[in-house]
Amino acid sequence: MPLITKTKYWWCSATFAISLILLLVGGSFLALINFSQSELDFTAVLTDSYIQHVIKFSFFQACLSAILSISIALPLARAFSRREFFGKQLILKLFNLSLVLPVIIAVFGIVAVHGKSGWINQFMSLFNIDTGHYIYGLTGILVAHLFFNIPLATRIILQAIESIPSESWRLASQLNLQPKHLFRILEWPQIKPQLPALFSLIFMLCFTSFAIVMSLGGGPDFATLEVAIYQALKFDFDIEQAVALAIIQITITAVLMLVSNLWFKPQTMPSPSGNYFTRPDRQHTISKYYDLAIFTVAAALFIPPLLAVLLSGINSKTLDFLGAEALWQATAISLKIAIFSSLLSALLAISILFSTRVLKLRLGCSNLAHGIESLGSIILVVPALVLGTGLFLMLRETIDVFSIAPILVVLVNALMALPYQLRILNQPIQDSFTAYDKLATSLGMSTWQRLRLVEWPLLRKPIAMGLGLASVLSLGDLSVIALFGSQDMQTLPLVLYRQLGSYQLDAAAVTAIFLLALCCMVFYVIERFIGGKYA
Amino acid sequence: MPENTLSQVPPLLQLKNVNFAYKNMPMQFQLTVNSGETLAILGVSGSGKSTLLNLIAGFNEVSSGDVQFNGLSIIKLPPAQRPITTLFQEHNLFAHLTVEQNIAIGLSPNLKLNTEQKQRLANAVKQVEITDLLSRLPAELSGGQKQRVGIARCLARQQPLLLLDEPFSALDPALRKEMLRLIKQLNKTENITVLMVTHSPEDALEIADNIVLIEQGHIVLHSPAVILQQDDAPNSIHAYLGTYSQ
Repeated sequence: MPLITKTKYWWCSATFAISLILLLVGGSFLALINFSQSELDFTAVLTDSYIQHVIKFSFFQACLSAILSISIALPLARAFSRREFFGKQLILKLFNLSLVLPVIIAVFGIVAVHGKSGWINQFMSLFNIDTGHYIYGLTGILVAHLFFNIPLATRIILQAIESIPSESWRLASQLNLQPKHLFRILEWPQIKPQLPALFSLIFMLCFTSFAIVMSLGGGPDFATLEVAIYQALKFDFDIEQAVALAIIQITITAVLMLVSNLWFKPQTMPSPSGNYFTRPDRQHTISKYYDLAIFTVAAALFIPPLLAVLLSGINSKTLDFLGAEALWQATAISLKIAIFSSLLSALLAISILFSTRVLKLRLGCSNLAHGIESLGSIILVVPALVLGTGLFLMLRETIDVFSIAPILVVLVNALMALPYQLRILNQPIQDSFTAYDKLATSLGMSTWQRLRLVEWPLLRKPIAMGLGLASVLSLGDLSVIALFGSQDMQTLPLVLYRQLGSYQLDAAAVTAIFLLALCCMVFYVIERFIGGKYA
Repeated sequence: MPENTLSQVPPLLQLKNVNFAYKNMPMQFQLTVNSGETLAILGVSGSGKSTLLNLIAGFNEVSSGDVQFNGLSIIKLPPAQRPITTLFQEHNLFAHLTVEQNIAIGLSPNLKLNTEQKQRLANAVKQVEITDLLSRLPAELSGGQKQRVGIARCLARQQPLLLLDEPFSALDPALRKEMLRLIKQLNKTENITVLMVTHSPEDALEIADNIVLIEQGHIVLHSPAVILQQDDAPNSIHAYLGTYSQ
């Protein structure tokens, strides 16, 4: 088999990447377990009434968030598919970015609208009604979770609806199917298979939610496991407790992922039919009111916080805050971390995928390939805070303690971005192989020529996309830095979090819009200069 | 029959100066189809064959001009109220409805049939010989069987005009011939008028009385189907068939 012997080092790159990932994750665990001298006493932890409460609350709010997100996204996606209006494509594009929008910016927007001195309370006080601190607690957590997950769910459901062939819509209009029939006969069968996986994805995101719960939970009554881990590490420096909590969380998330992968086979999404046909229920009166109602709900949820971010940033003290040295210091640190972590995550993703595509397409071992790829998504199961703490314990012997924080953040952010990178790059890297492997091999191209002439032109666009997303993700991350940040070593999200925590809303407003602008700029610059002119 | 009485009977289907603004290619169609006729619509990809069917069925909206059925304008009618039934190349069946339900939905959107409709369904099923398949799902059917079910629904709907949009292009030659014969037979026994978009001149010859040739959104030729076999056919036919000699 000449094709296979030709490139015999195909396995090296993934071996390197996977070893590095396992070294970081495994090493940090060993360090944690070594450090906790006493035996881990799980019965004590599990019978602790506070921990029980935290576990229950994590489940409860995640379930509620997932159910609410999907029940709003379902009519919203139908409304999007029924209506054409100016700006629809832009909104859907923004919906795509909801998972990378820095959480803390949205939290600021939500506080600016719903907080004690927010827009709603100011408005209500005109009528002498005091709604008080209604945002802190379960309400705030749910509002923020909906803010991030409705767009995700809407996109996925809309994609399912758009995969209905246009012939079916034509047929439906010829057969005079009414909106309820359209839903039952055309839409529901497409949407239903996506729901279990969608539910478990949103559940998982909310179950492990940290920054939102920490800033909007408002106290120990509303803590998730992730926040409890943070409290154990930061305030009690109780590593045993943190490790025990981490193991509980890892077990729960791992079981959930296993169950959702086994039971609800991830459905391959059929691609959109392309051939567009106006839905027959567009003219239906009831569906018009229905769509108007759901658009109103969505607008009420999304527009005020975003508007608050954009508007409050310009206030009488904007220039003062923009001149502050701390802001620029934080910007420099954030940018450095973003650059290194996005490059590292891209390197890891490309290394893994260059090997697994050979496994999949030449050797026919797609199960092994998928296994290797899912190792890259290990961060979805391991809490970032625990990983960070383990890495700290592991590295403090070899690296100067003062410079250790940025390195930790770079490593953890890179692992956090890896699942996104893998998802973005997987198909393009496989496609370039399917299309050109035999041709390139038959022309006797060397590895270098092939990278330069075949892979790079095809892959620069997705690579830019991955780098952009990873940078923005890192710029907005508020997890490990919350543990290891100090006065001299803070990133922009940490600055913003601290300003929010001390109710400096004017300053927070400036930081929020500054961070948002920085994210957009970095994303644009990367897309433009790495993605090439057609990006 | 005296000529003046003939001219008083309007044709079954008539397209009068039908204009349709398609991206970069404005289309205009003039067409007359008589009752009981079988018309094949030929033309290269992207010439506007399917658009012509879509305009007749009401899936695309006419910009100006008129579409008349028995002399009455139907352009204001929604697709469901036009006397038309359509068979596509693919996706004629709803994947999670059984064969029986897929036919029944052509008669009643809520799948509840009265005695008369049940009888119509039973007749259609018998005519296309799919009695054994009634409880199956589309995924359990072959390509040919799926199209038979689609035809059964068209039959049960008892509409005078049947539009076929390349319905058999994906089938093997023998099966395709069989399907064409079935359509021709229904055309004769049920007096259904058939308009069929096709890629294949052989199919047109097999089934059609007349053909139209479409180029760039216009009908450039309307003639008996046998013209496809004639050496002295117009240049447009030779260009389409690739038989241009000298």
